[in-house]
Amino acid sequence: MPLSIKNLPKEEILLQPGHAACPGCPIGIGLRIVGKVLGKRTVIVVPACCTSIIQGPYPYSAIKVPLVNVIFAASAAVASGIASAFEAMGVRDVNVVVWAGDGGTADIGLQALSGAAERNDNIIYICYDNEAYMNTGIQRSSSTPYKAWTTTTVTGKQEFKKNVPAIVAQHRIPYVATASIGYPLDFAEKLQKASKIKGFKYIHLLAPCPVGWRFDPSLTIEVGKLAVLTGLWPLYEVENGVFRLTSISLGLLDKSRRVPVEKYLRLQGRFKHITDEDIKVYEEYVDQLWEVLRKLHGKKIV
Amino acid sequence: MPQYKILTGNYAVAYGVKLSKPQVIAAYPITPQTTIVEKLSEFIEKGELKAKMLRVESEHSAIAAVIGAALAGARTFTATSSQGLLYMHEGVWMASGARLPIVMAIVTRAIFPPWNIWTDHGDLLDQRDTGWIICMVEDNQEALDMIIQAYKIAEDERVLLPVMVGLDSFILSHTATPVEVPDEDIIDSYLPAPGENIHYPKISFENPLTYFNLVFPDNYMEFRYQIQEAMNRAKRVVMEADMKYYKLVGRRYGGLIETYRCTDANIVVVSMGALTGDVKEAVDRLRDEGYNVGALKLRFIRPFPEEELKKELLHKKLVIVIDRAISFGKGGILYTEISSALYEGRFREIPVIRGYVTGLGGRDITVDDVITMVERLITRLESGTLTHGWEWFKLRKEVVE
Ligand SMILES: Cc1ncc(C[n+]2csc(CCOP(=O)(O)OP(=O)(O)O)c2C)c(N)n1
Ligand SMILES: [Mg+2]
Repeated sequence: MPLSIKNLPKEEILLQPGHAACPGCPIGIGLRIVGKVLGKRTVIVVPACCTSIIQGPYPYSAIKVPLVNVIFAASAAVASGIASAFEAMGVRDVNVVVWAGDGGTADIGLQALSGAAERNDNIIYICYDNEAYMNTGIQRSSSTPYKAWTTTTVTGKQEFKKNVPAIVAQHRIPYVATASIGYPLDFAEKLQKASKIKGFKYIHLLAPCPVGWRFDPSLTIEVGKLAVLTGLWPLYEVENGVFRLTSISLGLLDKSRRVPVEKYLRLQGRFKHITDEDIKVYEEYVDQLWEVLRKLHGKKIV
Repeated sequence: MPQYKILTGNYAVAYGVKLSKPQVIAAYPITPQTTIVEKLSEFIEKGELKAKMLRVESEHSAIAAVIGAALAGARTFTATSSQGLLYMHEGVWMASGARLPIVMAIVTRAIFPPWNIWTDHGDLLDQRDTGWIICMVEDNQEALDMIIQAYKIAEDERVLLPVMVGLDSFILSHTATPVEVPDEDIIDSYLPAPGENIHYPKISFENPLTYFNLVFPDNYMEFRYQIQEAMNRAKRVVMEADMKYYKLVGRRYGGLIETYRCTDANIVVVSMGALTGDVKEAVDRLRDEGYNVGALKLRFIRPFPEEELKKELLHKKLVIVIDRAISFGKGGILYTEISSALYEGRFREIPVIRGYVTGLGGRDITVDDVITMVERLITRLESGTLTHGWEWFKLRKEVVE
């Protein structure tokens, strides 16, 4: 049966009301989907990030499954340790999940991520990518996009976003996927698939942050959709090395169906200063990206 | 029947680990620790040890992985040295803060720069504020025995703190000596079955907990207080672990400290690790020359044996502390710690405490060196010129002048 909102449990499995997320925060949306798809036998490993705060302070917690807060650079390694212990002790039918920000994934945690991926340890690693260090006050990360304002790139970042899912895919793991908060069912389907595969699974979830990206909190889903519809954030999966565009992105190989990038950029205060020139750079970037995607789609790429 | 084998210190550690039956091991290679993990891999591949070995990509991940595994309820082991220990430092703090009974062997090695792979206690002593129980062994037999005892101490519900077992680079780690390997059955009756009867809230789906979330100033101090209380209780647990081991295996080490010919001594030489063997030898020779000298081996740096040291040392004339490490800007680390313990609450009637900083980066300290150190101070003591303080020994000052 294909997934629909109707056959996801109504019950909140993972995140309870009363958590400390900002209005419009994508993390709550993402965590709720994780809980509904993966169920109660799920351990969440969280490095230092906004999620450390969102769960609420001791002695309270808005989280209903076991959740382990860990040192910033080590979430993949802690998860490997948990998965190994479960294996050694015969604990079966569990999901060991890393829920890490882009800083904890693309920057300081990249080594541990790569190590766990190369060993094909049995975990699901989810990077929720809000494209900056939000918890410490919107500093740039290697996942911050070109020209985006952050508190450490006040005139706009000069470099492009690091392509972490592509890097992870090169580890020859069974499953890599991208997702967006704008398309929760696509994310849910990918989670469900990942939970049925043994080995290392990686999902990179674009998570628009109203505070850091400077847009109205009511627009989180809208911005998450536009990132995909403009072609900037393609939804795909790499299953056993075979690359496939998924969901709405399948239709975007035809350029005429892609929304102009400007529409996405102009919604966000972090791009307020960008010039027509910058937008051109972005348009070329998207066109080139889709030329590559066209070649990859349906092919065995690793 | 116990087996007698010729083992290096590292292999002795590996045999101790094998008998303790950890379920998850994670480690990253660094000289001089490597042969511990190589031997353990061999045990696992031959089916002699049923453990999952995570060959991680760094020490930071090694400590992180055993933290995860221990939290899931498994008995765990890791080992490192020097740079590796420093690299895992935030994980070292996490392990104790999380109250996980992890056991880690530290083959003590000098710290870079410049590169040096020989013994030095700077790496181990750098950990003394981390909340780990820290001990240091004198020989290969003690290395094996203390790995096993370390699990007994760490997992005790009165303690629940991780334990480091230190051994000197090369002097022990790569030097083979006869070692008695106890019977598996005996160690099985000494240690609880791994993964069972766990005294901390392991990850559970029936009782799902949020671990280590944000704690405001109104609660943080109490977590720290509980670690300090556990350290205090550990002193007794260390003794009990030693006594129970003695009953089953026939060897004991005396708890936090070990004394040698101290009872009637008026001069005591304090040392730690392999050097203690040389100190004991020097004591015998000095005794032959008519000096009333004894040796005190510091077995545990944390919890620090304050009471034991006071009892053994306060009434002596001279206490000589040999340090294989220095706290820059202060001095010998053990010298400082022992001075503070003996001075505590007293401002007179304490012995002259004199420190030597020596043997850094593997510089050889022989029995003759120890005799020289003692004789020098005796001369100054007798001429009334000796005061509290520390000095270098075997420093080649001409090289830097
Ligand atoms: C070793 C270490 N360095 C720095 C920090 C401070 N720190 C905490 S959260 C954070 C940023 C996290 O960014 P990201 O992973 O993108 O998650 P987000 O906050 O955006 O959710 C930083 C730098 C830390 N906790 N540990
Ligand atoms: Mg972020």
